[in-house]
Amino acid sequence: MKRFILSACLLALALPATSFAHKVWLRPSQTVFSGPEPWVTVDAAVSNDLFYFNHFPLRLDGLEIVAPDGNTVEAQNQSVGKYRSVFDLPLTQQGTYRIAVVHRGAFASFESEGQRRRWRGSAEALQTEIPAGATNVRVTESLGRVETFVTNGAPTLESLEPTGEGIELIPLTHPNDLYSGETAKFRFLVNGKPVPEMEISVVRGETRYRNSQDELHVVTDGNGEFSVTWPEPGMYWLQTSAEDKQTKIPEAQSRRMSYAGTLEVLPQ
Amino acid sequence: MQLNRIAPLLLLALGGIAAAPAEDLQVSVEIPRLNVSEYHRPYVAVWIQDKDRTCVANLSVWYQMRSSAEGAGTKWLPDLRQWWRRSGRRLNMPVDGVSGATRPAGKHTLTFASDDPRLADLKPGRYSLVVEASREVGGRELVEIPFAWPAESSTTKRAEGSEELGEVTFTLKPSS
Repeated sequence: MKRFILSACLLALALPATSFAHKVWLRPSQTVFSGPEPWVTVDAAVSNDLFYFNHFPLRLDGLEIVAPDGNTVEAQNQSVGKYRSVFDLPLTQQGTYRIAVVHRGAFASFESEGQRRRWRGSAEALQTEIPAGATNVRVTESLGRVETFVTNGAPTLESLEPTGEGIELIPLTHPNDLYSGETAKFRFLVNGKPVPEMEISVVRGETRYRNSQDELHVVTDGNGEFSVTWPEPGMYWLQTSAEDKQTKIPEAQSRRMSYAGTLEVLPQ
Repeated sequence: MQLNRIAPLLLLALGGIAAAPAEDLQVSVEIPRLNVSEYHRPYVAVWIQDKDRTCVANLSVWYQMRSSAEGAGTKWLPDLRQWWRRSGRRLNMPVDGVSGATRPAGKHTLTFASDDPRLADLKPGRYSLVVEASREVGGRELVEIPFAWPAESSTTKRAEGSEELGEVTFTLKPSS
């Protein structure tokens, strides 16, 4: 069962946006906080609709939380349920926290005993799980980042420093300073560098209560920058993907990277 | 945002009356009497912003100051959404002479002298007085009154809220 869930998550993370309907997301209870020690609680799931729990929980194995001072902190009360995972985080520092689930894995297709087979799992398991004598082996590495941001007090930038690995969102407008009717600007970095013409889809939550996805499509410019004018307040989901050949797994021919972020847009 | 009987800080906020002879800027804020099943006094912020909506003077913030496990009501300050964005999130509450306890329904008058340190640095130009109110299990409302500084003649401007704020009046007198 656990393997099944993990596989489903990796599948969702690994495939480009056009080929899967499932959305991977973290949803914080709120993004703007005040007080000596407010707590945020976060849901994590893979679902068809935003932000409803109707498919799989998102495993928290790759949970990485960066505090305002740049250090890593641990989530509390982690729990994986039938349809969602949950964790809490006390915001003991003033400033912005980056909360991310980073998945590293691989998927492979090969022929064995005359059968076409597919496999997904961790890079470590790759060696042992593909049978000896398999032919037509194609291995793809996958690196997915699912994240959100929360701020206690005034927004800060220390926790948003890029790691240089995979797709990362760089704020030109702070992700916890978004208001409906205003235009926010961001930059995507792929392995620390801007990539033009990345296709980004932006969807507001509460899709269950409307008849269309109302998806916005934006594209990065030469600096990897893009802007979004928020049509109305709500929790938004932002997704993009990219591919390269900078694999860390020797057997892999290519690497697929994905990014999914949740941003809260407040009313004016 | 519960009923609060602590008044000393409220007096502190109004300290300008006693300390300064000139009354150059006066703001009156009406908190309407609401017939709702669960009433809480509103959080209210009064500030002056420039044409870029940068807060240039924080005049008053009323919130639940009584100690609680959650830190004297500061948890709900971001509900004053625009004030929080323009200035609140960078402040260390409480702020002397600015923050005070929540107030009951009725008209409340704030008076400031032109030599008040918050106004002394105001450059000549166009500004807005902004009053924002937000109430627990209630609504939120923002009222804005544009004005020119310094005042050339005595002027009084009015604005009316529709839900969480009643009449807001703003009086400017030239410094004598």
